Amino acid sequence: MSEVKNVATRVGFGSALVELGAERDDFIVMDADLAAATQTGMFKKAYPDRFYDCGIAEQNMVSIAAGVAATGKKVVCSSFAMFAAGRAFEQVRNSIGYPHLNVVIGATHAGISVGEDGATHQCNEDIALMRTIPGMTIINPADETEAKLAVRAALDHDGPVYMRFGRLAVPVVFGDDYKFEIGKGVELKEGNDVTIIATGLMVNEAMQAHDLLKAEGINARVINMATIKPLDKDIILKAAKETGAIVTAEEHSVIGGLGSAVSEVLSEEYPVPVVKLGVYDRFGHSGPAPKLLDEFGLRAVNIVEKAKKAISMKK
Amino acid sequence: MEAVAKKQLQVTACKVRMGIIEGVHAAKSGHPGGSLSCADILTYLYFKEMNIDPKDPKKADRDRLVLSKGHAAPALYSVLANRGYFDAELLATLRHPGSILQGHPDMKHIPGVDMSTGSLGQGISAAVGMALSSKHFGDNYNVYAILGDGEIEEGQVWEAAMFAANKKLSNLTAFIDYNNLQIDGTIEEVNSAAPIDAKFEAFGWHTITINGNDFDEIEKAVNEAKTVDKPVAIIAKTVKGLGVSYMENAVNWHGAAPNDELYEQAMTELKAKLAELEA
Repeated sequence: MSEVKNVATRVGFGSALVELGAERDDFIVMDADLAAATQTGMFKKAYPDRFYDCGIAEQNMVSIAAGVAATGKKVVCSSFAMFAAGRAFEQVRNSIGYPHLNVVIGATHAGISVGEDGATHQCNEDIALMRTIPGMTIINPADETEAKLAVRAALDHDGPVYMRFGRLAVPVVFGDDYKFEIGKGVELKEGNDVTIIATGLMVNEAMQAHDLLKAEGINARVINMATIKPLDKDIILKAAKETGAIVTAEEHSVIGGLGSAVSEVLSEEYPVPVVKLGVYDRFGHSGPAPKLLDEFGLRAVNIVEKAKKAISMKK
Repeated sequence: MEAVAKKQLQVTACKVRMGIIEGVHAAKSGHPGGSLSCADILTYLYFKEMNIDPKDPKKADRDRLVLSKGHAAPALYSVLANRGYFDAELLATLRHPGSILQGHPDMKHIPGVDMSTGSLGQGISAAVGMALSSKHFGDNYNVYAILGDGEIEEGQVWEAAMFAANKKLSNLTAFIDYNNLQIDGTIEEVNSAAPIDAKFEAFGWHTITINGNDFDEIEKAVNEAKTVDKPVAIIAKTVKGLGVSYMENAVNWHGAAPNDELYEQAMTELKAKLAELEA
């Protein structure tokens, strides 16, 4: 077996921008003094005259991006998830969302895997916030491969796109043959006893959970739900009908995130047990990211536990 | 400015004011005071200055205007209707269900509206983005923004000001509609940003202070702005409610609609003014 590379999805974001910059000059990139961290710095270095630093003023950056888009031009703006979705929420809603402008928001350092910076920078609420904005597309890539494909798709998408990237280097699970399409979940593992729907860095954990469950004779389907909005209802309903129990796994609050979105679909259209794994209504804190993922229960073993619970709840 | 041209603008502005009153009365809500104060600036820009085409509202190289004080929508709508972007009869549907004329400007549905605004402080940033886009992509159009004097209490305005100067956006001109009143009282009573000119200058802008209800001064300032290698703030001293006697300098007409009786009085005053101008 070939060695698995570990690369942060934010690096996929930065390198995709550089690749796109080589192919086309019809877009600009903006950051709010975090280019070195968000990885838009890669683009800044390659194409300094197409990069604009807004300084530490995220609200202004988001509304400027809206203005650029309102002139019919393409723009990517980037900051940490906490500030892009949190601090600038109202600007995203009113300046970008309401006029449905083509702005790509590259939000990095999402979730508790930010690590040592602690709670003020660990955004577990961004998916919930962005989901409430009509017409917003939300993409949370699982690895570098998917991140790059998603950035490419987002730049040509009609309407605003919120992209969620992580700071932590995570295994590159998808090969060159991986296909990404906005709004489509991808079945990664077959199974009919339970379905694990995962997003972001939890996708790799879900695949490991599949193997752990298999060793116990449980066949778990695994779905990568990179696009959280618009949600792929078909793949969810199919999984509910065929496996009868669902586990959701996300590095985000269980309030308002993927688990909530999946529950909303199933409670109205095909009720089956849904057990949510995520951050349970608490703030993060400082520490090495892998330790935090252990502590907050965002690991394959935790998914296994939830899968068993979901199966036990089947009628 | 030549007397004939000035008279024509005054006539147009009077009609624009009638459209404002028409709309706000029909809506039974809205913001007449701050609409009337900036009516002359908007009239000048859309009838004299801006490179626009009402028949082609999305023309790529057009000059842009962002009404950052979005609550003055009745003024923008009346100017656009008078300029031929849409039928003036629509003004009476302001704020009504099903009307394109939303309470605050909606770029998706209203011909001629370049940016959706309403949440204060965001429009100026969007205007900055447009000016940046114009420069970056070499499209060479000018961008105008209109801000309220109360609006500049929003911190985002100063973030935008800092950025515009740093990026040398000389194609951006922002009017500050300095009517000295905001919802809760006079600017000084609430939380004054004065001295406004010194603040913008400290942020790296060129400033020009004018009577914002005088077409000669508006024209002079706009022309001067085009020669300056910096973003320009035109501090336009205006009279809130101008043109309707009982609304002038009256804080209670910031966000209230006239009843039928007061509507008649307002229209009578404006019609008399129009007749005087056209005599």
